Amino acid sequence: MLRKIGFYCGIGFLTLFSIVPLLWALVTVFKRDSDMYSVGTVPFFYNEPPTLDHLIFLFTESNFGLFVQNSAIVGIFVVLITMVLSIPAAFSLARLTGSWGERSGMAIFLVYLIPPSLLFIPMYQIVVWLGVANTIWSLVIVLPTITVPFCTWLLLGFFRSVPRSLDEAAMLDGCGQFTTFYRVLLPQVWPGIGACAVFAFSLSLGNYIYAATFITRSAARTISAGVPTELIRGDVFFWPELMAATLVVAIPLAVVYGLFFNYLVGGFRNAT
Amino acid sequence: MTVLTLRALEKHYGSIKAVDHVDLQLESGEFMAILGPSGSGKSTLMRMVAGLESPTAGDILVDGQSVVNVPPQHRNVAMVFQSFALYPHMTVRDNILFPLVSRKVPKHEHEARLNKATSMLGVEDLLDRRPNRLSGGQQQRVALARALVRDPDLFVFDEPLSALDAQIRSRARAELRELHDQTRITTLYVTHDQVEAMGLADRVAVINEGRLHQVGTPQELYNDPADLFVAGFIGNPPMNLIPINETTVAGIRPEDMLVDPEGDVSNVFIDLAVTIEHIEYLGSEWLAHGQAQSDADTHGQELHVIARLPASSHPDFVSGQKCRMVGQRKDVCLFDRASGKRQARAEVPA
Repeated sequence: MLRKIGFYCGIGFLTLFSIVPLLWALVTVFKRDSDMYSVGTVPFFYNEPPTLDHLIFLFTESNFGLFVQNSAIVGIFVVLITMVLSIPAAFSLARLTGSWGERSGMAIFLVYLIPPSLLFIPMYQIVVWLGVANTIWSLVIVLPTITVPFCTWLLLGFFRSVPRSLDEAAMLDGCGQFTTFYRVLLPQVWPGIGACAVFAFSLSLGNYIYAATFITRSAARTISAGVPTELIRGDVFFWPELMAATLVVAIPLAVVYGLFFNYLVGGFRNAT
Repeated sequence: MTVLTLRALEKHYGSIKAVDHVDLQLESGEFMAILGPSGSGKSTLMRMVAGLESPTAGDILVDGQSVVNVPPQHRNVAMVFQSFALYPHMTVRDNILFPLVSRKVPKHEHEARLNKATSMLGVEDLLDRRPNRLSGGQQQRVALARALVRDPDLFVFDEPLSALDAQIRSRARAELRELHDQTRITTLYVTHDQVEAMGLADRVAVINEGRLHQVGTPQELYNDPADLFVAGFIGNPPMNLIPINETTVAGIRPEDMLVDPEGDVSNVFIDLAVTIEHIEYLGSEWLAHGQAQSDADTHGQELHVIARLPASSHPDFVSGQKCRMVGQRKDVCLFDRASGKRQARAEVPA
């Protein structure tokens, strides 16, 4: 009994711990400035009637709408490029290269560990050389250098978890290499591909250092770099707008992650 | 007519010879079992026939044509996997039709062939289910239907019964044989279970460490083992192998061992003084396990012998009791100790 109470207390505490910042942000979005900056009141409640002014400001008088659009375009292209490259790569490593291919998963993952804060200077030179600096295409080109190795590693685990006898059955049933891949293997790893797409999208969404350094024009910025530069002007923090901008991205992403959580965990387990 | 011929077939993995110079022929309509312990190379042999492994040397002929360079999708060999390997994302119907679809068999033939295969295996009612909703026995039938649907030249089975529960295994075995009698498709059946091999097959090929030891009917393997390996492998319990001198080992089946025979026994060849270790009651028979003192050189090793007694004999042995076990000349096979080969009867020392 005591154990049970302790267990639920622990769960409750951890839930509060993770959800309070979000709730506070949600409360802040609809607060009037005068309410927010008054020192004597409890910050978690409305002491004056809530307002939509900040949301309206965010979407009409800042570039946030453009940021969302840019992030979406970058995200979709990054996901597409990543899938086109990493699905065949992972299949080849899992099935066509013998034992070293399977073991190379870890080596691929090591590439992911090189920090972008080291890489952004040479990457910037390449971006300038390609003539895409200051546009969202610079991110479309550079972000796959992070997502492709990671997703290849993750997908390698998914492909490896498919029993080889399925491929062999397909070959004996009359399939060539490609039809075996396309008609038999690919359907087994769809959940993994979904998980990878979500992961690649959120990586591209969350990347700050490339987004902040490659693009200086406000209208071409993505959410991650645009929001802090646009909504913090000097020492003036637009708190409710910042909170709103964060939540608009965080909540949908959290929902999608929740849907794919089991597949992601499964993928990590298979990959190692 | 010969459907499958293996000629001096070899498969090496580095310095390990998984399959070592195997020659084998399968006649049309024949059901042949490849029997061997795990790691004997039987699976590698079968995978080469299916085209999933390429041989290091030697040749594989199907209907007289070499298929060594033919990829598996162009060999008309159907395989039933140990795990059944049904496609999880397809219904049973699509699973069974898959070989026809990927071999581009005209669509109007599909329905008739599907019906024929499914009615033969009694899976008509499962067509719209997914494989994960089927029992092991049902999965096996679907896998068989998928193999059958395209009229293969050759069936290859990879231990298809080992994934089934013990209760349904013997029924599945009977059904497999019935299916073969109906279709008469030449079959290569790989197993480590001698009950399956002996019970199902027209001929059995015994393989160990990559080498074929004997190919013959189940009766030949049991009554006339070609060497010490087959003698010690076939039968449960296998032959008693008793060294009789420096060069010769005598083999005798446990059921031919006479325990404390009454009266005169003619042509006594083996006469052992045995200390009974324990008695096993198996319902239809008794097994008497004992330790023998052999006259011949056993290099100080104790010699374990087993005699099989009918259930009706009600033996009243107790552990430690001494008895006499006798083998008659007609029941004894002699093997060369060094090579393990069977000796011709003429060489028997008197």
